[in-house]
Order: sequence, then C-alpha cells, then structure tokens
Amino acid sequence: MDLAYLWFFIVGFLFVGYFVLDGFDFGVGMSLPFLGKDDIGRRQIINTIGPVWDLNETWVIVAGACLFAAFPEWYATLFSGFYLALLLILLALIARGVSFEYRHQRDSLRWKRGFDTMIVVGSAVPALLWGVAVANIVQGVPIDVNHEFTGSLLTLLNPYGLLGGLTTLLLFFTHGVYFVALKTDGRVREDARRLAARAGLATIVVAAAFLVWTVFNALSAGAPLVGVVIALAAVAAVCLIASWLANARGVEGWAFGFGAATIVAAVLTLWFALFPNVMPSTTDPAYSLTIENASSTDYTLTIMSWAALIFLPLVLAYQAWTYWVFRKRVSRSRIERAAAAAAH
Amino acid sequence: MDLLDPLLLARWQFGLTTLYHFLFVPLTLGMALTVAIFQTAWYRTGNQKWLHLTRFFGKLFLINFAMGVVTGIVQEFQFGMNWSSYSRFVGDVFGAPLAFEGLMAFFFEATFIGLWIFGWDKLPKGVHLATIWIATAGAWFSAYFILAANAFMQNPVGYRMAQDGGRAEMDDFLAVLTNPVALAALPHTLFAAFMLTSGVIISVSSWHLLRGQHLEMMRPALKYGLWGMIVTFAGVAISGDQLSLVMVATQPMKMAAAEALFNSACGADASFSLFSIGTPDGTGEIWSLRVPYLLALLSTHSFDGCVEGINDLNMQYTTELFPQFADQVDGNFAPILWVTYWSFRWMIGLGAIAALTAVVGLWLTRRSAKRPVPAWAWKLAIWAWPASLFAILIGWIFTEMGRQPWIVFSLMLTQDGVSPNVPGWNVVLSLVAFTLIYAILAVVEIGLIVRTSKRGPDPLPDPDAPPPPEGALEDTPTTVY
Repeated sequence: MDLAYLWFFIVGFLFVGYFVLDGFDFGVGMSLPFLGKDDIGRRQIINTIGPVWDLNETWVIVAGACLFAAFPEWYATLFSGFYLALLLILLALIARGVSFEYRHQRDSLRWKRGFDTMIVVGSAVPALLWGVAVANIVQGVPIDVNHEFTGSLLTLLNPYGLLGGLTTLLLFFTHGVYFVALKTDGRVREDARRLAARAGLATIVVAAAFLVWTVFNALSAGAPLVGVVIALAAVAAVCLIASWLANARGVEGWAFGFGAATIVAAVLTLWFALFPNVMPSTTDPAYSLTIENASSTDYTLTIMSWAALIFLPLVLAYQAWTYWVFRKRVSRSRIERAAAAAAH
Repeated sequence: MDLLDPLLLARWQFGLTTLYHFLFVPLTLGMALTVAIFQTAWYRTGNQKWLHLTRFFGKLFLINFAMGVVTGIVQEFQFGMNWSSYSRFVGDVFGAPLAFEGLMAFFFEATFIGLWIFGWDKLPKGVHLATIWIATAGAWFSAYFILAANAFMQNPVGYRMAQDGGRAEMDDFLAVLTNPVALAALPHTLFAAFMLTSGVIISVSSWHLLRGQHLEMMRPALKYGLWGMIVTFAGVAISGDQLSLVMVATQPMKMAAAEALFNSACGADASFSLFSIGTPDGTGEIWSLRVPYLLALLSTHSFDGCVEGINDLNMQYTTELFPQFADQVDGNFAPILWVTYWSFRWMIGLGAIAALTAVVGLWLTRRSAKRPVPAWAWKLAIWAWPASLFAILIGWIFTEMGRQPWIVFSLMLTQDGVSPNVPGWNVVLSLVAFTLIYAILAVVEIGLIVRTSKRGPDPLPDPDAPPPPEGALEDTPTTVY
C-alpha cells in the first residue's frame, strides 16, 4: 500500500481531532456574551475549558507539522496561498491564548472585560476562517503549473467558501454551548440549554445546505468515492439532528457527544470529497495537487508512520485521562470559594 | 532599496518572531525543571517553604508559558507562509523532526502542564508531582527536535538530492537526529536556558532580600540561583567550546565572520580580538585589541592550529565548491560581519557578566561572612536576569545571521527560499500586525511578571494559628481562571 494515502487520512484524523476539540472551546469562548451574566458566571464558563484549551490547540500545531512533513507541496501551496486568512487566524489565536492566562491576573473589571472581548473575537475569527479555508481547499482554487496559488484573499470569499465558514462558526458555537451545559450548574447551565436549542436550529439549516452543496459538487466533479461522501453527509445530518433532540430532552452528555460526531462526520465528508486530490486547481485540473504529487518520499513517510502508530494511541490515552480527571462540573460555588481563598 | 521587497520583509519577520519566541522558550525549559525540583523537595521533606516557592515560581512559569505556545504557532506557520520555496525544497527532511516534536514532545508538554496547573486538588500528591516532571521532559524533547531541524539548515546531513534536483530527500533519519551540530547545540541551549532561569531566581530573590521580606524562602531560592548560575555557566562554556569546534569543521565561514578574520592565520597570528574598529565598508580593520593564540585555541584546540579567513574561503567557495551560487551573491559568501563579530562578543560578554554576579554573590553570602550584604550588591544582582536573557537572544542572532547567505548551508540561498507568490504588502501587513501585537503583549507580560515577582510568594502559615477545619483545604480549588 502506498503510505501517502495512509498519511492523507492521518492528516485528516489530526484535523478532525483539532476541529472537534478546539471547536468546542471556540464555541465556549463565543458564548461568553450570551451566557456570562456576571464575572463569576464568565469565570465558570471559561473554567470549563481551563485545563484543556491548551492541549486542544496543540492539535493544530501537530496537524500543521505533519502536513508539512508528509505533504510539503500541499503545505507550501496552502500556507503561502492563504496568507492573509492564516494571518488573521494566527492573530486571533494569539489574542485568545494570552487572554485565558492574563484575564485573572488582576482584579479590575475593565482589565477583565478587555480580555473577555479578546476571547470572544479570538474564538469567532478562527471558527469562521477555518471553515472558509477548508471549503476552498475542497472546492479548488486557482493554482498554476508551479503549484503556486494565483488568487487573493477575495478568491476565498466565494459563496461556497463563505457558507463553509458560516457552517463551522455555527457548528462550533452550538457544540461549545452544549459543552457549557454539560460542564456547569445553576443559571449558566439553564441558559446554555435554552441557547443551544435556538442556535441548534440555525445550525441545522445552514449545515444542511452546506452538506447538500458539498455532495452536489462531489457528484458533478465525479469524485471517485462519491458514495462514501453521500453516506458520511447523511451521518453528519443525522447526528446534527440527534444532538438537537438530545439537548431538547435535557440529556447533555448525548447532546455533546452527537455534536462531536457531527463534526467528525462533516470533516470526513469533506476529506472524502477531496480524495484523491489534496488541492484541486481551478485553473487547469492537470495542475492539481494530488496525494501522489504532493507527498514526501516513502522513506520519510515510513519513519513518520512508525511514530504516528506508536504515539497517536498514547496521546489519545493520556488526553482522555485528562478529560477524566477534570470530569466534574464547574460549579458556581467552587469559583466563589476560590475567589474568597485568593482574597485572603 | 525597495521597501516592499518580500525577501527583506520576510527575513525581518522571521528574525522578529524567532527572537520573540525565544524570549519565552528558554525560561520555560529551565523554570519547569526548577519548579519540579522545588515541588520534589516539598514532597520529600513536607516543608511548607518549598510548596510556596513551587507555587510562586510556578506562577511566573505560567505567565511565560502562554506566550511561548502562541508564538510557537506563528513560528511553524511562517515556514509555509513566507518561505514556501524553502518548504517545498526541504520538507521531506526538515518536516520530519517538526512532526516528531509535535507527536512525541509537544502533546506531552501541553497536556501535562494543564494537568499540573489544575490538578493540585484533583490528583494524588505523587501523581501530581509526576505531571510536572513529564511536562519538563516533554519541553526538553521539544528543544531537541527543534534543534535537530535547525541543525539541518546549518549542516545538512542524512539526505540525497532528488533525481531532478528539485528537492532534498531524506535517506538517513538517524543522521538527521545525530547531526553533530544538533548534538553540540542541545547542551549549549539547555545550559543557557538554566542559566537564564538561575538569573531570574537571583534577581527575584535579591529584590526581596534587599527589602528584607520573605527571608525564610528567598534565602534558599537565592542559594539555588547562585549555584545554578555557576554550574550552568561552566556547562555553557564547555558546550559552547564544543559547539565552536563543530562550527569550524562544518561552517568555517561562520567562525571567520565571528572573528572578522579576512586572511587565514595560524598559531600566534590566529589571535582573538576583544575589540575592533573596522573600516566603514566592513572590508578591513583599523585598530583592534588582540589576544594571541586564542582564536587558534578556540577553533582547533591547538596552539599552532590554523583558521581559515573570509577571503580564502570566498575564493574556495566561488571557484571550487559552490560556483553555481557565486553570481547570486557576487562572490561573497560571508554574512554581515559587524553583526556576527559583535553578537559573538556580546553573547560571551553578557554571559560572563551574569556568571560574575553569581561569583560575587556566593562570596558575599558565604557562611563565614562577617558583614551584611551591602545594598549595592543586591541591586547589582537584579541585573543577572536581563544580562543572561540578552546573552541568549544575541546567541541566536549570531547562530542565524552567521548562517547567511544560506538558508540551508551549501544547498539553498536565503533569497531562493522565499514565497514567490506572496506580495510585499501582505508581508508588510503581517509584519506590522505581529510587531504591534507583540509589542503590546510584551508590555503586558513584563508588567505582569514584575508585579507577580514583587508580590512574592504567599507568606508561610503562622505556626501558632489554629488548624483549619478538616476537609476545608482539599475542597478549595487552587487554580481557576
């Protein structure tokens, strides 16, 4: 078997992991203005992701590094081509990351509100732009014979790309609100469940449109695995509706679980629609980057496969353990006790 | 000069983000170990002062760690954004250590630091102690893989050229991981990181001791910092000496540029200049203060060794080794001399100054000392932190600027590595944006670190006070945002 094909799916797996994990903490960040009525409430919300946002974010770093190592041509074309979009994502991630660490360092309301704003914007911008970027990768962009992207930022802002961005924005938002409902108590939990019910409806409409469009694109482009694409899109749709129903019935764990499954199935839908290209060229299909012409040598991929085979299960195990250690709900009284202890 | 020259801008951006990233990373490497050692001391002795020191330096560590992570993402994305031709050319070799770093080290570090921060009241004591040691090990492994990737740029090994000459392909991963430059750079970098950490601890404890506060905790912290500084300076010096031997063997031009040595010299003539004034165009020397034999000794470990000069190397590179690149660099393969010359000296000089403060400190605080430490000495000691920090930063300037004009020595010139399709104004925009956000964050970060340092550790509990009710302590969360 050709290892490049394996790595197409390992990179896909890493992006699935990233979107599921950082996806819900983007959503938690975006939910602050809707659910955080006072400072204790906002701290309660932020603390649901306190121990894990950092390890969630490492997934994008590892996904980027593996993309670089396994598909240098793809990495080079993508990162230089989507320059301004990635710049905005980076600035947002910087602002967001430091805000988590710095907002609690001073006991001033202005100081905290400033960082809260940065958390909201820093979560919304990547949630939107990752969707724009991935939708454009799947749809194809202008790429010349040297594998150089010849468009601009405006090239990416086409209807399908924007719908992709809106889909991830809403999907991550709802996914994050399910998580808040699952991990808090009291008023925040009640508000989160109500908000998720409303946001979930908008998500279903937008995501369904995006999935249908993706399936049509795959059909008209003659994607070799179009059957799998259709099946996965259907799974995504079912999970999406199931998560909404679970939330309406108040079973928060199931709502969050189906929310995560929706993201897994949606990202896989896109990945199989892309196969066997990694970045189709709209200039001339002959210029497209494919799994075969964008990948590293077999020697490099063999070594990396061993590393992934040994370490990815280990990573999953200790990260799962981390979630287990912090499985308890973040209660309002707990934050109040910590605030009282810090004041002494 | 074209202000929108993407090459120039991309180089500025790389330099800026690298240095900014490196403001935080070495302290993370060294402080993680320090915190782990203090926590182990508490675990074994049960003495509260070690717990409070763990918490206190842990706070400084975390303020710093957040910045290291967010600037690290920029560092990785930059290769593809600004240096796509480079990424296409070396991705097969250069990408692998980066991917290994992510899979084998960075995941560990980030996950276990999260467990350490929030796990105080959730994990058994011994498991909690293990988390900080695992995070420390993860950080060091990260450093190793990143240095292995960087070493490929300094001294490419373990590859062959593709048949069409379009890219370097890995054929020996073990050689990439055991690159002599990486093996020599790793101890040098780690020792330097511990030296900086010692500098931070000396500065902070001196500040408190000058004011006569937290004596029972700051005295042992100071001792730890002073001895740490001495031991690690010795380590930095020895490993630096090894590194320069490797440098002379693999990148003779870098050593010639560090000394601004134009003509090859042997024995007594291979002297080391402590200070030098060159002609404005940088092609000659007007006056210098020299130590005979020292350069020969540094470069070859022998009094009568020979060191190649810039002119001879240029001749050799242009005619024999790299004629295909000669036109692009106008026959001059030397980096910018005033940068390499002065950065080499400032790196060593600032490191030596930091170590000197530790020697003076150990003398003044020795057990048999008759008189109290004078205030000026405490104030002087506070400079141990900035001196060691700048020594490290300038060391990286030397390493990376000394590699020029190559992006990968002998294989690719820096000017050929830049992204061909990214317009200059895009790079300007990102350069301005990063510079601004970094400047703002630097102000906030320094403010927070100074504030936290000045506030000091929580005071030790009053031994006469009644014990708190059973269970109250366990139930109080220690870390919340």
